[in-house]
Amino acid sequence: MFDGVPLSWFLIVATIMFFVGIYGFLVRKNLITMLMSLELILNSVNINFVAFNKLLYPNHLEGMFFSIFIIAVAASEASVAIAIIINIYRRLVNIDVEKMEEMKY
Amino acid sequence: MIDFTYTVWIVLIPLIIFVLVGFFGNKFKPLVSGVIGTSGLFVSMALSYYTAYQYFFVLPKAGDVFAKVIGYNTVWLKLTDKLHIDLGVLLDPISVMMLIVITTVSFMVHLYSIGYMHGEKGYMRFFSFLSLFSFSMLGLVVATNIFQMYIFWELVGVSSFLLIGFYYEKDSAVAASKKAFIVTRFADLGFLVGILILSFTTGTFDFITLTDPNGPAMLQGSGIMFLGLSTMTWSMIFIFMGGAGKSAMFPLHIWLPDAMEGPTPVSALIHAATMVVAGVYLVARLFPIFHFSAPVALDVVMYVGAFSSIFAAIIACTQFDIKRVLAYSTMSQIGLMMFALGVSGYGEEQGLGFMASMFHLFTHAFFKALLFLGAGAIIHAVHSNVMNEMGGLRKHLPITHLTFLIACLSIAGIPPLAGFFSKDEILAAGHEKSMILFILGLTISGLTAFYMFRLYFSIFWGKEQHYHHTPHEAPKVMTIPLMLLALGAIFAGFLPFASFVTSDGKPFATHIEPFVAIPAVLVGVIGALLAMVFYKKETNIPERISASLGGFYHAAFRKFYIDEVYLFITKKIIFNYVSQPIAWFDRHIVDGSMNGISYVTNGVSTKIKGFQSGQLQQYAWVFITGAVALTLAFIYLWTN
Repeated sequence: MFDGVPLSWFLIVATIMFFVGIYGFLVRKNLITMLMSLELILNSVNINFVAFNKLLYPNHLEGMFFSIFIIAVAASEASVAIAIIINIYRRLVNIDVEKMEEMKY
Repeated sequence: MIDFTYTVWIVLIPLIIFVLVGFFGNKFKPLVSGVIGTSGLFVSMALSYYTAYQYFFVLPKAGDVFAKVIGYNTVWLKLTDKLHIDLGVLLDPISVMMLIVITTVSFMVHLYSIGYMHGEKGYMRFFSFLSLFSFSMLGLVVATNIFQMYIFWELVGVSSFLLIGFYYEKDSAVAASKKAFIVTRFADLGFLVGILILSFTTGTFDFITLTDPNGPAMLQGSGIMFLGLSTMTWSMIFIFMGGAGKSAMFPLHIWLPDAMEGPTPVSALIHAATMVVAGVYLVARLFPIFHFSAPVALDVVMYVGAFSSIFAAIIACTQFDIKRVLAYSTMSQIGLMMFALGVSGYGEEQGLGFMASMFHLFTHAFFKALLFLGAGAIIHAVHSNVMNEMGGLRKHLPITHLTFLIACLSIAGIPPLAGFFSKDEILAAGHEKSMILFILGLTISGLTAFYMFRLYFSIFWGKEQHYHHTPHEAPKVMTIPLMLLALGAIFAGFLPFASFVTSDGKPFATHIEPFVAIPAVLVGVIGALLAMVFYKKETNIPERISASLGGFYHAAFRKFYIDEVYLFITKKIIFNYVSQPIAWFDRHIVDGSMNGISYVTNGVSTKIKGFQSGQLQQYAWVFITGAVALTLAFIYLWTN
């Protein structure tokens, strides 16, 4: 369908990206790296959207639009997140996620 | 028809004075508040006399009968179309008579207090409370319905409480005021229950409807029995319980002697002449119901009255505090009034007891207020309440001595003073009922004469004591009320009372029966002479007699241990067997369950609070694990 590239390849790539993102989010202590992992998760979802759109409704573009929408939201989210991180850094001179535990019991 | 709307001002003027003196009193000099109070009461008194004149002489009688007139009425609380609580002024012979008694005595006491309370702390407070009391008492007697009476009944109780506890820095006064309030309040519970039963049975609060001999209250509910007595009988017994509490009838009398902790003018006004006769007034007000639908309750009134009377008379012979002697004497006289109501029938000559009771109430107000005010003048001069510390005062207090003697003669029933006539009617009423009651009445009269003259001779004769300073006669402002009241104590008996106040409003003629009057005067004279022999010169006869009576004397001296019985019941029985378990239940069950809930919550939250570690990635782990687990679970469920 994609000129010889089967759907499963797209899905395999997206799944690998997704779990790499999850792994990075859970394991890395640096807030910036965690944010990057989050982007990976979002983009893996984008790939799925585009692939399924092409497979199921070749004449429609909703999936494409949705992934563009996600990219836009992700961009603004990233800017907010970075702003927060900068503020945290100003306060703690550190962006290690394990050091941020003031809100516990 | 005459417009009686102005009678509402008799009641309202004291209220206005109360507000004026109570709230703005400290803006004036102390004396001013006394003068305002006294002059206000004077206006009330003048209006009352005018009302009495209009009512008895100008108002045309409805066929020989003094009709009941509503002077003023307003609906205060509308429950249903038929059942509503009004506030108003009801004029009938007994309420007009009470208006005169209350305003007169209250005016005298106000005037007297200007001198007596001179220089006391709380002078304005005293006068404002006195006015509050006058207002409540007047509102009580003119009540058009039983609920208005109940409202003012409680107001009277609270003003009595305030005035007994006037010296609130004295522990005994505080205790006495609390005792008076709690005991009368307890009795008023019975009153309220009685009102509820009565109004439930008859469907009305209104006195005119209630006391109409052909009205709904008569023989109503006599079919419904509880413990062998009809509903009406129960309601009347409960209402009488309220009356007995206010009128210090056995066994609810314990507050009255202690109430003497209040200033003496208060004792004269509240605890001798007006408030304590409210119970008698209540029974008199509902007399047709008592007579027609609840004769058993009327018998209760009679027995309680007679017993209280002789009981109090015996105690009065053994007490040494002059105010306490007078307090027990009051209780005894009120017992006589209740007794007279209890033996009375209804209508014209049958209602002799009713008339006698009201007559005695009327004359008693004068001579008992006089006795108390005289006692106040004595206490003022000697600074002591105990009669052993007095003696030979007749030279120092000539006016007090003379007026006190008049009051003693009057209460002892020596003709031609007021007490003779009213007591004679009571004895005649007792005589009509049975010989035993007549002899009982005679005994009480003899005892009355004895203890009053015991008081008189120990205070004014006997050996002269050493006083800190020579006792001097009270100022004019105090002796003038004494003299005026003495006039009342002499001449009040000459009123043809039966042509004004009777059980059914129909006048009749009374005459003095020699076979009643002669023994009555004889026992009075014997009592007085005995007291003279015992107490005029210092002798050891009283000690010898009291020693020979032994245990009985001791019991009477200790007031037959009624206070101790009450203390035993409250402290030992109620506190230990009722209050303690309730307190335990409150502390352990009610509080315990609440504490338990908070304890469990606290423990669980301590256990699980480690969850909120503040570690973002730990939360993410939990979230993702949960999401994965849920996903697997759903897939598993859907595929099967």
